Amino acid sequence: MSTPTRYRVIALYKQLSYLGREYPAGADYFHKKLKGAFMKNKDLTDPAEIQKRIDLGDYVCKEIEAMYHINKYRAMKKRYYEDAEVENIQTKLENTNWALGGGSSATQSLPRQ
Amino acid sequence: MSNLRILVATKRVIDYAVKIRVNAAGSAVETANVKHSMNPFDEIGTEQAIQIKEALAKSKTGTAEIVVVSCGPVKSQETLRTALAMGADRAIHVDSEEELQPLAVAKLLRAVVEKEKPDMVILGKQAIDDDSNQTGQMLAGLLNWPQATFASKVELGDKSMTVTREVDGGVETVKTPLPAILTTDLRLNVPRYASLPNIMKAKKKPLAKFTVADLGVDIKPRLQTLKIVEPAKRQGGKIVESVDDLVDKLKNEAKVL
Repeated sequence: MSTPTRYRVIALYKQLSYLGREYPAGADYFHKKLKGAFMKNKDLTDPAEIQKRIDLGDYVCKEIEAMYHINKYRAMKKRYYEDAEVENIQTKLENTNWALGGGSSATQSLPRQ
Repeated sequence: MSNLRILVATKRVIDYAVKIRVNAAGSAVETANVKHSMNPFDEIGTEQAIQIKEALAKSKTGTAEIVVVSCGPVKSQETLRTALAMGADRAIHVDSEEELQPLAVAKLLRAVVEKEKPDMVILGKQAIDDDSNQTGQMLAGLLNWPQATFASKVELGDKSMTVTREVDGGVETVKTPLPAILTTDLRLNVPRYASLPNIMKAKKKPLAKFTVADLGVDIKPRLQTLKIVEPAKRQGGKIVESVDDLVDKLKNEAKVL
């Protein structure tokens, strides 16, 4: 693995590890999965393939951030906006300007398993 | 658009996900060894300031300097570092180990405003610990500045801003000259998550410290907390044997028939 890629992968690992500290299922659970996912690909040599995995990692970062945001948003909504209808919440969520690009639904492909 | 200075007030509160416990004496909430984080509404306020700064930089019509301020114990500096990691430029910590009520915070913020002379002060509409929803309004009153509270959309004009406010059953759009107070509602924006490299960089950003005495503010509590109790526990459900039993229970126990 060339040096810039190596740094890129390590930075990605650190970022994910940092994000995992607040993971609802527990930091330990997340860390195990994280390590497994990286170790599985440790023998990759094809640069295009490695890039693909890095992109996937970046995507997972964004999904986790979106999940944290939704959890917090929902908790606030439940606490302070009790009367509002559920559909209303959902439309607002969909219309929220996700700074994450793609506008993909954040709850669909969460890295659970 | 000229160069703006935006002051963002943040509060360190018990994390939203933590189950709140009342202490044995019933006088306060347990805060020792409990996870704390930035008040979610203040995160939204910080994000709004950063978005204004980014929009100005993108359109090359001006610049903005974001100053975050927090009043409270030394650990409030963690909250300030979070805001710096998100993208604020510098921080001010007003140190006080004593309880600060909204009026005291508003007076401290007024003192900071007089030092910093910002064009806009952004606050969360309320903190999720005491739910007072007063500080922004009190600060506006003390400074005699216009205020736009419960903002769900902000558009900056020339020396003014147009704010969409969340009011009962709808929204209201107001325009106010600057300087002004802005308090944020939940739907204003999506706060960003600070990246690890930015957290490292935030450690090097300037953080000024003041004490309450430096600012010469009277923080004496005006309100007295008499008692704090946990909400009543939910009673377990019951399985009824028959329709007659159900009707009987609805009549005699629930008294709804």
